Amino acid sequence: MTNSVAEIEKAPVIFIIGSNTTEAHPVISYRVKKAAREGSKIIVADPRRIELAEYADIWMQHRPGTDVALLNGLIHIILKENLWDRKFVEERTEGFSELEKAVSKFTPELVSQITGVPTEQLTEAARIYSTADAASILYAMGITQHVSGTDNVLTLANLAMLTGNLGKPNAGVNPLRGQNNVQGACDMGGLPNVYPGYQKVDDPAVAAKFAESWGNVPGNEPGLTMMEMMEAAEKGDIKALYIMGENPVLSEPDSTHSKENLSALDFLVVQDIFLSETAELADVVLPGVSFAEKEGTFTNTERRVQRVRQGIRPLEGAMGDWKITLELAKRMGYDWKYNSPEEIFNEMAALTPSYAGIDYDRIEKQGLQWPCPDKNHPGTRYLHQGKFPRGKGKFHGIDFIPPAELPDEEYPFLLTTGRKLTHYHTGTLSRRSSGLSTIDPEEMVEINPKDAEALGLEEGDKMLIASRRGEVTARAKPTERVPEKMIFMTFHFSESAANVLTNPVLDPVAKIPEFKVCGVKIKKDE
Amino acid sequence: MAEISVKINGQEVQIEKGKTLLQACEELGIDVPTLCYHPRVAIEGACRLCMVEDKKSGQLIASCTLEADDGMEIETESPRVVEARKLVLDLLLASHDVDCFACERNGDCRLQDYSYRYGIERTAFPGERREFPIDNQNPFFERDYNRCIQCGLCVRACHEIPQAGAIDFANRGFSSEIATPFNVPLEDSTCVFCGMCVELCPVGALVPRLDRFTGRPWEIEKVRTTCAYCGVGCQIELNVNEDRVVGISGYGESEPNYGDLCVKGKFGWDYIHHPERLTAPLVRKEGKLVPTSWEEALDYTARKFKEIKEEHGGDALGGLTSAKCTNEENYLFQKFVRAALATHNVDHCARL
Ligand code: SF4
Ligand code: SF4
Ligand code: SF4
Repeated sequence: MTNSVAEIEKAPVIFIIGSNTTEAHPVISYRVKKAAREGSKIIVADPRRIELAEYADIWMQHRPGTDVALLNGLIHIILKENLWDRKFVEERTEGFSELEKAVSKFTPELVSQITGVPTEQLTEAARIYSTADAASILYAMGITQHVSGTDNVLTLANLAMLTGNLGKPNAGVNPLRGQNNVQGACDMGGLPNVYPGYQKVDDPAVAAKFAESWGNVPGNEPGLTMMEMMEAAEKGDIKALYIMGENPVLSEPDSTHSKENLSALDFLVVQDIFLSETAELADVVLPGVSFAEKEGTFTNTERRVQRVRQGIRPLEGAMGDWKITLELAKRMGYDWKYNSPEEIFNEMAALTPSYAGIDYDRIEKQGLQWPCPDKNHPGTRYLHQGKFPRGKGKFHGIDFIPPAELPDEEYPFLLTTGRKLTHYHTGTLSRRSSGLSTIDPEEMVEINPKDAEALGLEEGDKMLIASRRGEVTARAKPTERVPEKMIFMTFHFSESAANVLTNPVLDPVAKIPEFKVCGVKIKKDE
Repeated sequence: MAEISVKINGQEVQIEKGKTLLQACEELGIDVPTLCYHPRVAIEGACRLCMVEDKKSGQLIASCTLEADDGMEIETESPRVVEARKLVLDLLLASHDVDCFACERNGDCRLQDYSYRYGIERTAFPGERREFPIDNQNPFFERDYNRCIQCGLCVRACHEIPQAGAIDFANRGFSSEIATPFNVPLEDSTCVFCGMCVELCPVGALVPRLDRFTGRPWEIEKVRTTCAYCGVGCQIELNVNEDRVVGISGYGESEPNYGDLCVKGKFGWDYIHHPERLTAPLVRKEGKLVPTSWEEALDYTARKFKEIKEEHGGDALGGLTSAKCTNEENYLFQKFVRAALATHNVDHCARL
């Protein structure tokens, strides 16, 4: 997030797009509702009637995958009605003419045609957003999990820059990150093109710094992304994978294919606390420990580095995850000496400018938000104050590209996927929690009552759902939450694995798969 | 900020204008008993326990609702105050199923503490008490309204925090109770099982089912940590007894959540001790994963990595690090992949 969780309830306008906040980030949704109650204006754009739509002043039900068109449409109106922040644009940004050019064709009429949102709603939303003292955008995977994911994010940045909604409190472009430490995993260099702190692997000075600390580093060429590794495994270019605490068989699109790829490996090592669907395919499974058994830090969605403290000893027979990695390193001839996670943190902070000022003592009572470049720095509540990392903020002229696989005659329904309040990710943890699994034992596919009726489906009936990649069965839950010709599934349940169906086509830049849109056909499973 | 001056128990203090008397007392470290007050929700002034005496007018006033005024003189434990509090407690106990022995909150109960503090052994008004069936239909928490004191904290929590509006006061007077609309089971109401009502309940009326009979409050150690589900990163406390997690509570004094939780954070922790937890390394032998020693598993893994690296180069290897693991584990993991396996092939799942 550019801004902080605590700022959300103070934002006079909150624009939520591609985030079912109530279910995926519940405590943040409490803040949105509080803001709504205290008079903030709420704009929601979502193909589903998500709970926050009930709190919204405007709910735009745009068609899945039409975000760029929708946002360009809003920008078009803001320009036409002269509601943009001239001072901010002049002082802080460049590329304005590119933006103007790109959005000129996105008239309310055209946008309405593409998105299905009435023109009056577009105008009203554009006015509310652009005339606020501060407007905060909240988004999640409904924005990123598209072939146009990067375009979507850049378009949101265009909108925020045009209206001067960056670099100040209670505003910003705020991605809500899904998993507890996905922010930290990225910050720590769990990405093929960067070392910790987003320091580029192809920067020789950076490589030299890490080589000096670590002894040796690979060359300056970025490595492969997860999806590329899967493909390389299939071709035999990658022979071995070491997977820590992830379950790609269920979390990645086209599960059947993921399984085949992993099976093609010579050697697969999985470190996890349960025998996940991925661990079942492994040659070696190494039992790690849960968060209650470890010391360390997580970094939350607002960049706040917070302590994880050990409450209980590791279960007998399991081993702390850092110790496992350390033992493997030792056996490969790297005798790294760390006595505690804290020592690892300190080494990392010394090599990572944005974390340099953080240590365990400083975050004992309350976490600090990076960037925190030195020990006296109070942390950063909101980013881009006065200046962007690259100097001027750049507008990108972005055109609308439809999703890669839309419904057609053969696969007439649009499948979109996401999360549910009571479960988490691939269900490895939440389905082994007695309360959560009792209240929500299985997948309930959301389908519009009209479609359900046409297919003869009643609540709880089994349905067969098939895409070009595979088929699954799951029970139906007729609900007005989804529009006609669209169904919604989660990826929490292995026996109804939505990712058997999803399309593995990637956003060319971010390499995020298009989980949010694919074509399926449905029938009642007799 | 304008400051005003008040005298509490003979002690003169300056406080910010706009603060309540209760807050003024808190700042002075004077413990005024409250049952229906909680800093996370709106003030109601319903329980009358926080009464203090205004020396000038001689009146008893609810300190939680009244803004401190310049020149006020207050007594917090005058004989009149004590008598009035005793009466409040006595009346509460009259309609309370005093069964501390079997109660989860025994030792961590404000009704119990205050009754003891004011020397009440048992109610002076024994008589008819309404009996409520215990509701343990939902999988998360028990509702025993025989122990409810109708402070309304749960109702305010529900309406103000998740804004679920699942529960409210029903009826009036003697038959007043807290219920869902039409008394439907919670599972069929708009309840989202955030557990905020449970967190704010000052007595043993709302109790997490998993926590039942797993330890007395004084046996439980609270370990502050961070929720491991979603990216909000709520601050929580593990409730630990005899090397087992037996519950989770919200930590109220810090960003980002100030005590608020959702159903996963509050109730979704018992996977930690699930019987399917892996407790020995597994190695595939003749097609099957079989338990083995750590020595063997680690040696074998390192040897295979080394062989592949030597034969095909580091780029024939790769690692997927974890958005669930700690920063320290992630840092070490990518260092291992880059330095020891000699490749930049490191990534993690679901890139947001
Ligand atoms: S709620 Fe308090 S007073 Fe009532 S039985 Fe439980 S511990 Fe005793
Ligand atoms: S659990 Fe949450 S939603 Fe349910 S009654 Fe309690 S406060 Fe309301
Ligand atoms: S308690 Fe709920 S909202 Fe808070 S971090 Fe955990 S899962 Fe997220």
